Amino acid sequence: MSHRVALAGNPNTGKSTLFNLLTGLRQHTGNWPGKTVVRAEGELRTDNHTFQIIDLPGTYSLYSNSADEEVARDYIIFEKPDITLVVVDATSLERNLNLALQVLEMTKNVIVCVNLIDEARRKGITVDKKELSRRLGVPVVLLSAREKIGVIQLMKTMDQMVDGKISTDPYLIPYEEEVEKKIEEMEPRIKEIFGDSMPSRWLALRLLDGDKNLLQALKTYIRDPQSVEIKHEPAQGGCCHGA
Amino acid sequence: MEHSAEKKIEQLDHLFQEGSDDLRDHIVSSIYQSTQGLTKEAVQYSPKKASWLDTNLDQILTSRMFGFPIMLAMLAVVIYLTIAGANYPGIVIAEAFARVEDGLTAVFQWVHAPDWLYGILVEGLYRGTSWVVSVMLPPMAIFFPMFALLENFGYLPRVAFNLDRFFKKSGAHGKQSLTMAMGFGCNAAAIMSTRIVESPRERMLAILTNNFVPCNGRWPLIIVLAGLFMAAGFSGGMNTFISAGVVVGIVLFGVVMTLFVSWALSKTLLRGVPSHYTLELPPYRKPKFWNTIVRATLDKSWFVLKRAVIIAAPASLITWILANIMVGDLSVLEHIAAFLDPFAHAIGLDGFILMAFILGFPANEIVLPILLMGYLATGSMIEVENLHDLKQIFLDHGWTWLTALNMMLFSLLHYPCGTTMLNIWKETKSPKWTFTAFALPTAIAIVVTFIIAQTVIALGLV
Repeated sequence: MSHRVALAGNPNTGKSTLFNLLTGLRQHTGNWPGKTVVRAEGELRTDNHTFQIIDLPGTYSLYSNSADEEVARDYIIFEKPDITLVVVDATSLERNLNLALQVLEMTKNVIVCVNLIDEARRKGITVDKKELSRRLGVPVVLLSAREKIGVIQLMKTMDQMVDGKISTDPYLIPYEEEVEKKIEEMEPRIKEIFGDSMPSRWLALRLLDGDKNLLQALKTYIRDPQSVEIKHEPAQGGCCHGA
Repeated sequence: MEHSAEKKIEQLDHLFQEGSDDLRDHIVSSIYQSTQGLTKEAVQYSPKKASWLDTNLDQILTSRMFGFPIMLAMLAVVIYLTIAGANYPGIVIAEAFARVEDGLTAVFQWVHAPDWLYGILVEGLYRGTSWVVSVMLPPMAIFFPMFALLENFGYLPRVAFNLDRFFKKSGAHGKQSLTMAMGFGCNAAAIMSTRIVESPRERMLAILTNNFVPCNGRWPLIIVLAGLFMAAGFSGGMNTFISAGVVVGIVLFGVVMTLFVSWALSKTLLRGVPSHYTLELPPYRKPKFWNTIVRATLDKSWFVLKRAVIIAAPASLITWILANIMVGDLSVLEHIAAFLDPFAHAIGLDGFILMAFILGFPANEIVLPILLMGYLATGSMIEVENLHDLKQIFLDHGWTWLTALNMMLFSLLHYPCGTTMLNIWKETKSPKWTFTAFALPTAIAIVVTFIIAQTVIALGLV
């Protein structure tokens, strides 16, 4: 059986480079944001497992700001990948963790891939893998997809995760007391509707935030859980996927 | 089952009512506090060596004073090297093809093949295809890798950054400069990349104006025609220099048109105020030099060429047949061209060129091949020997620099290719906007080429 792995991350963090490295495909990469807006898929075989890798559009957040953010969010929420790899840029970790924390609110099965560590090293930036992993509550892998560093470690971690050998305890963003109270009150009501099929804390927050597009998507999902999945069929690219 | 679904939706609506408007700021600031705390513990910065490139280069490349001149100079250098470099390999490839053709001819004579078979296979299929390869391959094999190197280095976002404020001034979104930059590669892919633009109004602007920059399929046509016709009075290096200048001018014209049309639309059909946005500049990265060159040459040149040849081969067959079926005094091909001729001449083109654009709707890279097929099948059947013959083919069909200029402009401005139209339909799901995306550029292409043709003819410049 093949496990589905989604690649999420900010634009221009080398997501597509990692995707190509893992799948052996040649999806076009480029040094600028907005390169990947359609999701691409490819296969990876490790020693023990077969993975279906899905390269999601690079986004700064997963709110319903634009079509590409919705594509990424819908995939994680409705199609529930077995693992979500969040690729973050080691040279600007603080800004990149923003997205990682949003993903951690949505799913437990996350591996944080700190990419571009070679560039970070040149700039005198050191990332403490253990400390970061301890605080985030999920595995952290240091990578340089360009230089093919850290990929073996990543594949091992993926294997362990689908084998159930890793238990995660994702970091939860603390909110103001008043908001937390509301979340607490809403969560059981959300579970009544969706059971355990949706991350209730995240959903409570999105509803409190008044995310209308998500509300629509959820309604569609309730009526027919299959329908959301095919909404974002990859449209056809023309000549060699751009510049 | 139905009942429970409706009930759930009702419950969901109730939950949604609990929302409040001022929560977003709080959520965002909570996340920032968290990320700040996390990075403080897990990341160490030693104050050494910030990259010289990152700290200094952007001050120059995106400065108000030097940003634009550097941009134009870069483009000019890339085009200059392409035109200058493409000449020699083009001749070599053409000679190789000619030698093979001699061999083929000998074989056909040896087996006493009938004339029509020789005509279809060698004069139609083989000769047509070899023209396409020798004309299009060299410029692509030089241009694409250089472009890819600049892209992987991180220069393209700087181009976008320089153009950003012009887009804002024209009422469009700053990110449109990125989707436009993407269009230099492929308009179909760029249409999809407009998804990064949040507001539907600004996204529509980006979609409707994307085809005003030349894509991979149109670069070869523009570069080849500029090289052949645009500096006829000059020789040697000066010739190439002026040709490159013309290509830069064409590209610039496309960008100005993009801005102008965006501005006009945001004052009329798509009225609104541009949303605030700060463009992010990625760090410079040393490109994987050979990797980039090999990938760009193999993948892109091969891709474009394959499409051109796959369609050009049968097209050459069909055009050869059409050119040899006579109805009255003229062949079918000439009848079609003659039908289009009056209109085509009004905009400085001819019937064959217009036919090539119409038949080239599926993909821009086949416009030049189809045109060549049409000419080769009707005029004196020229064997591919060197690229100057190519100019002779055009001259024999009454070309002047005006024809070349207007063909380049028509190519730059006309309707998007079939794949792009399909993507526009998929992204907008609106017959009205898809039609606009077709009609608006076409109307502009016709008006611009008409004005230029009539002015030039009236002034007696050709």
